[in-house]
Amino acid sequence: MSAPRRERRKADPELSDPERLYVITGDNDGERAALDLVTMVVSQADPSPTVQPEQAAILRLCRAPLSVAEISAYLSLPFSVVTSLLTELLATELIESRAPIVRAALPDRSLLEAVMHGLQKL
Amino acid sequence: MDFRSSDTITGPRSEDVLPTTATAAVKVVIVGGFGVGKTTMVGSVSEIRPLTTEETMTQAGVGVDDNVGVESKTATTVAMDFGRISLSDELILYLFGTPGQERFWFLWNGLFEGALGAVVLIDTRRLQVSFDVIGRLEERGVPFVVAVNTFPDAPHHPVEALRNALDLPDEVPIIDCDARLRASSRDVLLTLMRYLHSLAVPLG
Ligand SMILES: Nc1nc2c(ncn2[C@@H]2O[C@H](COP(=O)(O)OP(=O)(O)OP(=O)(O)O)[C@@H](O)[C@H]2O)c(=O)[nH]1
Ligand SMILES: [Mg+2]
Repeated sequence: MSAPRRERRKADPELSDPERLYVITGDNDGERAALDLVTMVVSQADPSPTVQPEQAAILRLCRAPLSVAEISAYLSLPFSVVTSLLTELLATELIESRAPIVRAALPDRSLLEAVMHGLQKL
Repeated sequence: MDFRSSDTITGPRSEDVLPTTATAAVKVVIVGGFGVGKTTMVGSVSEIRPLTTEETMTQAGVGVDDNVGVESKTATTVAMDFGRISLSDELILYLFGTPGQERFWFLWNGLFEGALGAVVLIDTRRLQVSFDVIGRLEERGVPFVVAVNTFPDAPHHPVEALRNALDLPDEVPIIDCDARLRASSRDVLLTLMRYLHSLAVPLG
């Protein structure tokens, strides 16, 4: 093949430690909870008249579990706007959140088996 | 911020509502150069109509010409397609198909961090459009597989020639796919999971 050839790059320890990166992401502006695109959110209460309209909408949407990415999509609000709204709702315990299962230095084989099992049913 | 009245917000269709047991989520990122089929792949395996999330990225730029030393900030809105697969009552897989400008993907906090792995889609007519993203995944230690999207007039290269051109280690899977087909896209994801599983086997 006479096409151009790529050159392999080395893992950069500064960039490649998932756990370290995770901390940086969460601490970005000091105030925001470490919410991932796929943190799952569930409401714990019905909206009261005192919450902002955006937050009331989140509480209604999340009667069944939804990811932060889905909330952002349904509300047409940027991811970072949604995470600040969620941070307040978390602080007042109006929602509950479940962090995603993330890549670890040593992959979790039983998790990967569960993913494969689910994919095979598709 | 302009916000639509919450009465007009459409949430998931009733068949897309997740059970209350759905509490564990994992994600996979689908990357590759412009027009290689990322959105198509997300759409073909997703159980929901693909959705779009967006983020505003602020990039500090360098002043131009006579403004040497003056910093300008440019805000760019980056939109990203994603889909969802319920793997069981508890476990949900989210697939993110990254958009056009790859330098922005890696600025999006939380997109690659924690992803189980990535699928790099390539189009053999334009291999080099995926070079940079492969390098960035390597730098970040994100494990990936390469899926060769079969466009009708694309040249077919033996896997070893592709591996050589992409300078990939022997263990990185390279497979053919048709991103338009659900079964084919699912097989790509299965290949990624098997590869991740093999990385979990202690060496020696
Ligand atoms: N023949 C064939 N066409 C495909 C395949 N995958 C995608 N296409 C077509 O290629 C075009 C580009 O696909 P997209 O899914 O939009 O590509 P993309 O990577 O999301 O593109 P950008 O987001 O613009 O970078 C569309 O017209 C698809 O229908 C494939 O496997 N085979
Ligand atoms: Mg696209």
